[in-house]
Amino acid sequence: MSEKFEPRIVGFCCKYCAYAAADLAGSMRLSYPSNIKIIQVPCTGRIDVIHVLRALEEGADGVMIAGCLEGECHFLEGNLKARSRIDRIKHLLKKIGMDPDRVEMFNLSSAMGPRFAEIASQMTEQIQALGPTPIPRSCTPASETAA
Amino acid sequence: MIIARKKPVEEIITEIDPYDRILILGCNECVTVCEAGGKKEVEILASALTLHYQARGKAKTFGKATLERQCDREYLEEIRGRIHNYDAVLSLACGVGVQFAAETYTATPLLPGVDTVCLGANEERGLWTERCQACGSCVLARTGGICPVSRCAKRVMNGPCGGSANGKCELGPDTDCAWQLIIDRLKALGRLEDYEQVAPIKDWSTDRAGGPRTITREDIQL
Ligand code: SF4
Ligand code: SF4
Repeated sequence: MSEKFEPRIVGFCCKYCAYAAADLAGSMRLSYPSNIKIIQVPCTGRIDVIHVLRALEEGADGVMIAGCLEGECHFLEGNLKARSRIDRIKHLLKKIGMDPDRVEMFNLSSAMGPRFAEIASQMTEQIQALGPTPIPRSCTPASETAA
Repeated sequence: MIIARKKPVEEIITEIDPYDRILILGCNECVTVCEAGGKKEVEILASALTLHYQARGKAKTFGKATLERQCDREYLEEIRGRIHNYDAVLSLACGVGVQFAAETYTATPLLPGVDTVCLGANEERGLWTERCQACGSCVLARTGGICPVSRCAKRVMNGPCGGSANGKCELGPDTDCAWQLIIDRLKALGRLEDYEQVAPIKDWSTDRAGGPRTITREDIQL
């Protein structure tokens, strides 16, 4: 494998800040790595442990969660709840032998287009350094759906 | 409600390691409410275990099901048609549910995915405290609604022991002295005379000390 590893990263972005910041980065014609596939969420507080695990299970090399600046959550403290959930997910990843750095949370405001470009690059580099996910790409989740 | 705690995932990995096809079996009642073994915990555990084994290139299958209750045979019957697809069942119900599932499906190893801790109440999100030890003959009527069996470390029946200080148990500052609570409550109710009466010796034969208990209700046995 001589070509450069291009990570596939799922980015859960809050509608009120990170998603808007990504939009702004676009309007400002800033260039940033296209590795992050953005999923808009109403608030990072909506993101549950299972959403992050499922993304990894389905072959994401990394998962990025981006919410409002602390103290400025549109829903008051959704981002703080997300932060502690992400901490717990990292803890769980460590216990099951996955690198906790595959999951990272960032905070930014809707006016921070350049910052979005920056965290997109930072996250991409972080995952590039870790290398591809140990989860086989071809795999569909081995856990079957509940009957 | 029965309070259980999730087992550490490392311990679960050791338990299930010898098996290839594992059914993770949740319960919709107590363990769902105390967030240890409901549908959500089944999903998260299945996903975490899948990640663990796939990252090691091992193929294991994790099935998922959550029954209404695992302490009732009729609900356990719901998995009869698919249990043969699995080498083991990891039950996230309380110890009652795990045992009942094991009794129902004798050919399949049943493993516990939670530690069953006590009968308790939900004080706030993520905090449960013990309130009853199912002693089989409730004394709450004379103790102001505060249980000396479950809340007093020594289970004394006639006022605090010598270790009670400033309302706290000698176990440490985190534990209220149950008898201090009882006296305060009886005082507030104007019923301190209840406290003055010496309690008869408690019949512990209705408690666990009398051996495993069976409850027979002829009135509802048709
Ligand atoms: S199996 Fe246990 S947790 Fe489930 S309903 Fe019965 S008593 Fe409650
Ligand atoms: S006295 Fe016995 S039955 Fe009553 S609350 Fe205490 S342990 Fe439970």
